[in-house]
Amino acid sequence: MSSIDDYEPLGGADHAPGDEPARGREVWEGVLGYLIGLALAILLTAVSFFIAGTFLVWRPSIPIALVVLAIAQIGVHLVFFLHITTGPDNANNVLALAFGVLIVFLILVGSLWIMYNLNQNMTPMNMPMG
Amino acid sequence: MTAFQAGAGYGDDRPEERGSPAAIFDHADPASKRIIVGYGFWIFLLSDIVMFSTFFATYAVLVNETAGGPSGRDLFNLHNVAIETACLLLSSFTCGLAAIGARAHNAVMYYGGMVLTCLLGLGFLSIEIHEFAGMIAQGAGPTRSAFLSAFFTLVGCHGLHVTLGTLWLLTMIAQVFAKGFRSDILRRVLCFALFWHTLDIIWVAIFTVVYLLGAGA
Repeated sequence: MSSIDDYEPLGGADHAPGDEPARGREVWEGVLGYLIGLALAILLTAVSFFIAGTFLVWRPSIPIALVVLAIAQIGVHLVFFLHITTGPDNANNVLALAFGVLIVFLILVGSLWIMYNLNQNMTPMNMPMG
Repeated sequence: MTAFQAGAGYGDDRPEERGSPAAIFDHADPASKRIIVGYGFWIFLLSDIVMFSTFFATYAVLVNETAGGPSGRDLFNLHNVAIETACLLLSSFTCGLAAIGARAHNAVMYYGGMVLTCLLGLGFLSIEIHEFAGMIAQGAGPTRSAFLSAFFTLVGCHGLHVTLGTLWLLTMIAQVFAKGFRSDILRRVLCFALFWHTLDIIWVAIFTVVYLLGAGA
């Protein structure tokens, strides 16, 4: 067990210049950020599960509501858990994310669009040809 | 800005320059290794998300091709999915606590967070394996229809990521135990935390697109 005690916070061991241990107040602020993210994510998840089975709203609107809730929750995760923010020190991360989202959008929308059209134009299997 | 808001750029060694335009255009000294490692791993995670998007596109195209077999409405049990979701969401939170603990060189917070994350990840996996085994036992395995092939590929690939993530988690516990909170180990902990949070993001898409849209609406 001695191996852990050798590395106590601020214990005088060598640190890289950028890697000073965080102090008490910053630890609390970090935990608070995760708590806010967790609360928002739980709220959005609960609404998703509730709305999927409810008859209180107009049924055809439910799929759109679920997709919107999922995108909102992904946003919460990105900001509070992955710390992708709009700060100037995050410009590279945000640009990489934007490029990733573009590719994901092209793959999803392109696949669905093309396959929908192919399905529409396919000769029905159960009908005699000609 | 606190040290914890900077994400992959977490651990910036020049906090006094943050927020000033000079911080963006100043190429005099290179960014800290922690920033570069975090950025590189973020690029990998985005490529992983792109790979998952192809599985999502496949699933969305094939979701109605059940070949006369069971559809999602017949198979999915939303109670299990809710428990799985809770496990992963809480594990994301405990993983964040472990990352803060590692950064603060707080052994109790780090080990406690990692062990809780591991237990919640294993809980998620056991429910998922139970679900898959039940589906295969009732003749709804991946060979039954195109819909089920796509389902097992998408959800199984996520489960495989969680499995590998759990192995990585145990490795990081062992590395910190053996080598302490050294800066190179802390960079690996940062990458692990980013990986684990990304798995939760993919699960949000899965429980919405596959389970909630498949079983309910």
